[in-house]
Amino acid sequence: MSALSDPVYQQLLGGVLGALVLGTVVGQLLKRRARSDSARATVDNMNQRIGAWWVMCAVFGLALLTGGLGSIALFALLSLLALRELITLIESSRADHRALVIAFFIVTPAQYVLVATQWYGLFAILIPVYVFLLIPAVLAIIGDTNDFLRRTAMIQWALMICVYAVSHAPALLLLDIPGYSGREALLLFFLALVVQLSDVLQYVWGKLLGRHPIAPRVSPNKTWEGFVGGAVCATLVGTALYWSTPFSPLEAAAMSLTIVVVGFLGGLVMAAIKRDRGVKDYGALIPGHGGVLDRIDSLTFAAPVFFHLTRYFFA
Amino acid sequence: MIAALIAGLARALTGASVRWVESPSPGRQRVYFANHTSHADFVAIWAALPPALRRRTRPVAAADYWERNALRRYLAKRVFRAVLIDRGGNRPTAEVDSPESAERRGQSAIEQMVAVLREGESLIIFPEGTRGDGVETAPFKSGLYHLAVAAAEADLIPVRLENLNRVLPKGELIPVPVVARLTFGAPIGLAAGETRDALLERARESVVTLRHTQRPPAS
Repeated sequence: MSALSDPVYQQLLGGVLGALVLGTVVGQLLKRRARSDSARATVDNMNQRIGAWWVMCAVFGLALLTGGLGSIALFALLSLLALRELITLIESSRADHRALVIAFFIVTPAQYVLVATQWYGLFAILIPVYVFLLIPAVLAIIGDTNDFLRRTAMIQWALMICVYAVSHAPALLLLDIPGYSGREALLLFFLALVVQLSDVLQYVWGKLLGRHPIAPRVSPNKTWEGFVGGAVCATLVGTALYWSTPFSPLEAAAMSLTIVVVGFLGGLVMAAIKRDRGVKDYGALIPGHGGVLDRIDSLTFAAPVFFHLTRYFFA
Repeated sequence: MIAALIAGLARALTGASVRWVESPSPGRQRVYFANHTSHADFVAIWAALPPALRRRTRPVAAADYWERNALRRYLAKRVFRAVLIDRGGNRPTAEVDSPESAERRGQSAIEQMVAVLREGESLIIFPEGTRGDGVETAPFKSGLYHLAVAAAEADLIPVRLENLNRVLPKGELIPVPVVARLTFGAPIGLAAGETRDALLERARESVVTLRHTQRPPAS
């Protein structure tokens, strides 16, 4: 909790609190002005989302303040919840059961133990190499050959997205950046803030101006107007926060834009899966937002890219 | 306390999303009947009940499975307060199971269940009698009908379980946290003059047609 006395943390915390209060006030004002049923439904959903943001910010803030282990534990939990949502959706078969036991109870904890013990070499290859080979081997030993490649690929893919990709967010804490030691948690904050703010701002701009869908068959709600508006605003906020990062203003802008664009692609891919399976949300755990995977869909793509760019250029 | 702990654990593990077609009114006595696909089934229903109802509800389970070792016996008898019935699964294969002895067992199982209802408690039963593949729901055995006749004051509540065969398939020991879905339907009752087969088929239909509907799409 010593981080609380750090002025950098205090300012970021104040900024987030200010944004939440602003959002809550605007939400209440809109609620009074909403006349039509559809407007009321939109505002109610927005206020539900804002309420959930208070909880999510509180949980994330506490995890950051407890330092490394709290953040690692939080993202391990998010990975498990996301993996559960995705596996539930892709209709694993009964013959997959033991492979799933391994995925949930061995691979996921192991990946986060590697983050906690800072064993980068194995962290980077455990899932893409060893588990990649292990899953089909386990399924072959079980012996059901129906849909073999499809079942194998779905489990591998679910692990890559929900566990491997997500684990790159807390892995930012183990980067060794010259002149930045002890502040690595701020990088995680930067990533989470830009990626989530981009989602929110794309939603807001899309609601206000959205006309031209980018991929109408995947997600009619993602429009060019929403994307450009959200991307520009989130990049501006990310740039303005350069002082809390190891980046120069220009570098912070480039990083923010990368996070926003890659995150958008993540959201689009995860929407395509939902569309294919005929569901609107991955779950109902977070009021107004859907499931955990609905909330961290952009993060799953942005985290590994941001991690490796930072590691390559700055660590 | 252990019961509350296990119920909480079961809910967390199955992430069960629970839907009641009619909200559970306290005080009514009920026979919950569900499709059967997993050993985790009755735990899931039992854990999904509001605590006040759960304390007055006893699952009906197979003695041959739940009496096999000390831990299972403890869980079944002390935690779930299961009504263990003998379904004839634990006798040596050499011993031929005559129709008469099967009928006697059926009789005594019904008597056990009726006795529990007489004490004012509710039951969880699986009228298919055995675990299915999670896709088809087998024809119901007649026990449900006998309970409906013997304890007319109890509501018969259909329950549809989805995904529990993926949480814990047949023959597996370790459950995986796939999200399960439970839907509690509106009570059905024995209609005047309804035959045994008609009630059983209607009851089966009521479980089969209960689907966990998506919540209305938000914007």
